[in-house]
Amino acid sequence: MNIAILNGRVVDPASALDRQADLFIVGEKIAAIGARPDGFTAEQTIDAKGLVVAPGLVDLCARLREPGNEFKNALATEMHAAVAGGITSLVCPPDTDPVLDEPGLVEMLRYRAKNLRGPRVFPAGALTIGLQGARLTEMAELRSHGCVAFSHADAPLIDTQVLYRALQYASTFDYPVILRPEDAHLAGDGVAHEGQIAARLGLSVIPIEAETIGLLRILELVRMTRARVHIARLSCARSIDLMRAAKSEGLPVTCDVAVHHAHLTEMDIGFFDARCRVVPPFRAQADRTAIRAGLADGTIDAICSDHAPVDDDSKQLPFGEAEPGVTSVELLLPLTLKWALEEGVELARALALITSRAAGVFGLSGGKLSVGGNADLVLFSADEYWRVSPESLTSQGKNTPFVGYELQGRVHHTLVAGTVVAGSRSASAAP
Amino acid sequence: MLIPDAEVLCESLRRQIAPVVSPATVMIGVHTGGAWIAAKLHRALGLTTPLGLLDISFYRDDFARVGLNPQVKKSAIPIDIENAEILLIDDVLYTGRTVRAAMNELFDYGRPKKIDLAVLVDRGGRELPVAARFTGETLILEAHQSLNLAQDASGQLSFQLVEKKDRT
Amino acid sequence: MRNPQLNKNGELTHLLSIEGLPKGILESILNTADSFASVGEREVKKVPLLRGKSVFNLFFENSTRTRTTFEIAAKRLSADVINLNINASSASKGESLLDTIDNLSAMQADMFVVRHAQSGAPYLIAQHLNNLGVEHIHVVNAGDGRHAHPTQGLLDMYTIRHYKKDFSNLTVAIVGDILHSRVARSDIHALTTLGVPEVRVIGPRTLLPAHIEQMGVRVFHDMAEGLKGVDVVIMLRLQSERMKGALLPSAQEFYKSYGLTPDKLARAKGDAIVMHPGPMNRGVEIDSTVADGGQAVILPQVTFGIAVRMAVMSITAGN
Repeated sequence: MNIAILNGRVVDPASALDRQADLFIVGEKIAAIGARPDGFTAEQTIDAKGLVVAPGLVDLCARLREPGNEFKNALATEMHAAVAGGITSLVCPPDTDPVLDEPGLVEMLRYRAKNLRGPRVFPAGALTIGLQGARLTEMAELRSHGCVAFSHADAPLIDTQVLYRALQYASTFDYPVILRPEDAHLAGDGVAHEGQIAARLGLSVIPIEAETIGLLRILELVRMTRARVHIARLSCARSIDLMRAAKSEGLPVTCDVAVHHAHLTEMDIGFFDARCRVVPPFRAQADRTAIRAGLADGTIDAICSDHAPVDDDSKQLPFGEAEPGVTSVELLLPLTLKWALEEGVELARALALITSRAAGVFGLSGGKLSVGGNADLVLFSADEYWRVSPESLTSQGKNTPFVGYELQGRVHHTLVAGTVVAGSRSASAAP
Repeated sequence: MLIPDAEVLCESLRRQIAPVVSPATVMIGVHTGGAWIAAKLHRALGLTTPLGLLDISFYRDDFARVGLNPQVKKSAIPIDIENAEILLIDDVLYTGRTVRAAMNELFDYGRPKKIDLAVLVDRGGRELPVAARFTGETLILEAHQSLNLAQDASGQLSFQLVEKKDRT
Repeated sequence: MRNPQLNKNGELTHLLSIEGLPKGILESILNTADSFASVGEREVKKVPLLRGKSVFNLFFENSTRTRTTFEIAAKRLSADVINLNINASSASKGESLLDTIDNLSAMQADMFVVRHAQSGAPYLIAQHLNNLGVEHIHVVNAGDGRHAHPTQGLLDMYTIRHYKKDFSNLTVAIVGDILHSRVARSDIHALTTLGVPEVRVIGPRTLLPAHIEQMGVRVFHDMAEGLKGVDVVIMLRLQSERMKGALLPSAQEFYKSYGLTPDKLARAKGDAIVMHPGPMNRGVEIDSTVADGGQAVILPQVTFGIAVRMAVMSITAGN
């Protein structure tokens, strides 16, 4: 279909474009930005006056709960939720049930995803079989079936020899590896940051050192293997410092944080609010400050949603028994904008963390606007407020500590490959 | 309406009670007003048995509605009341519910031989079949009025008439 | 956010934690307990306050002693008491905590006395009832994980007040496994709220939570130094499972450093009292000579515990 998106503020972080312009789509591709191409007739016209026209968002960590929850129709709903949040490409971690450690499972997931209207789904394959931390998966095979990276999700990888071999092997073929740094023994059965809140509430703790020791181990192994490692979901100030040093040393590492970690701290647990049970845990105020600074100065490459739809049965439990995770794909944009607004970061630089720079981590094609490139777009109003409530969320997961927040940034349309896959206002068809 | 003089009524009670007290009489005041009066009468009548005090908060029948009185005091019955002749003292007799609660509480200390009731004022409005044997004065008050006993630093007792707004 | 244990008038409707309760509420509980203490000395040790009310003792974690004192307290208030040991029933059948609560609520429960291994479980229950708009069911925390044991904290305060009269010039030391102790946390909140100027915690670094000093206590690792001049010594129970990991080398070594022996107690004031929430491990955290000695008030604590629980149950049930 030929679509004309008129009068929008086109923002493309990759090309430093930020101006009032029209955008024209022919079929699945962007045909022009600015002047209407010769002979172009629009079958659909979207008036984007007052809206930002940006590349569709790239989320480096969103769980779609498939395989594992087919009976709940989870895949379709969560993909729908992702595009409702403006996400057009997402990487899903392998901590599904069963684990994404076989080509057949990856192929099935991609096949099912392709037949649903939603974002492009890029699975991350398991680094070890069953995420058991013992035997390597068939990475080349998984890669050929579409895995963009290999990850150990939140499963412990205790044996350093195994991790060393895995990075060596992955680096042989230059496959990116995703690791969330954590020393499994130091983290133990902890559920909260080792700080004053855990001391008062009597919650078992995950010290900061569980993350930094885990990170130092990874960084040493990267120095040995030169494997391309993406460090997922940092939570502490000290980790940001270590990443800054590792990058200036020239290690091939990138990193992200979950968007909620840019906003919340241990204090938000309040009276045992299980919606604040996340992995890694919310840390102290100083850690939040360092994360926000790390985002602003570029040390952190991307913001991910770390979306994990958890149903009420698994969340309405005592804090320590509640399943960790928050629903987040629909909050990635507004919470990123909230950080940018509060820190005085300009829109394009903020968007880069959830578009071009995120895509760059795994070399994904999305995250930018280019003539001849995929027409994956999000049209949003940057200053429109909306109230987060279970009813306002599409995801099956309704648990987020942001329920009740008034957030700025409302998605109006999401386009994947030139097709409107989400839109709060119906686009007007051209006569 | 003329507010009764509490001290005068105390003296009237003393005169009524004096002929009937015996060495077996155990005087018990109901917290708080009854306890003040009981202390005066106990002294004036020269009773030799120790004076008792009842706080009936744990026995009130309106607990479910109003909750526990946060100022609840210890009941102190410093004598075995099994077979005792009890003279229960309260300031104002109204619905009879306080007296019922007091009697229930007393029976948890033992089985008295007899309980008599003395009050400064009987204001009518009974909701239970309760009557005082000794009464300082009988008068009729409206439901929205209440007669509150106060004690000053010198131990002088006086009544105040309070007009309640919302409650009946 | 409203403190979930208070109703909209600021009155205590559930007792979940001592933290966040104003001094006035704590004092009113202690005063009310004083009145109930005298009830225990009567011919008939019962009052009719909770007649016709159903109190459910929900013990998701075993504790015969605590359950018994709550049962006695409820019975002395004339309530009907139903004891449920949930370990052995629904939890193993997979029923969720809140499903259990909904079921028992449907049986016209009036109060839940909850013991749970997870910190915060009674909050979850109280908030669930608050969210449903159920105002007539009250929750009393009988110990949750490492978080709180507020009735134990209150009975400790009652005991201290009984022997020391006034909180405002005391030094109180809490000794042993602070990290895993809900009693320690409740005692610390109660002592600081009631105006005790110096609260000390004494133990090895492995048994003290990080940031404990932010709760307003002085930290000691040397027992002799920590006990110097104190008025009250609160010993904590050391669970035997602590010896399995790397927290402590052995019970014997713990006893040497932190067991309360007569010579260590001699560092405290001459009239210092020794408390223990029970059950005691003689020869681990406390020497028998001290446990049975003239300064120990461990058995009076148990007696006071009944009056304090009667006060808590009757105050919450009435609000």
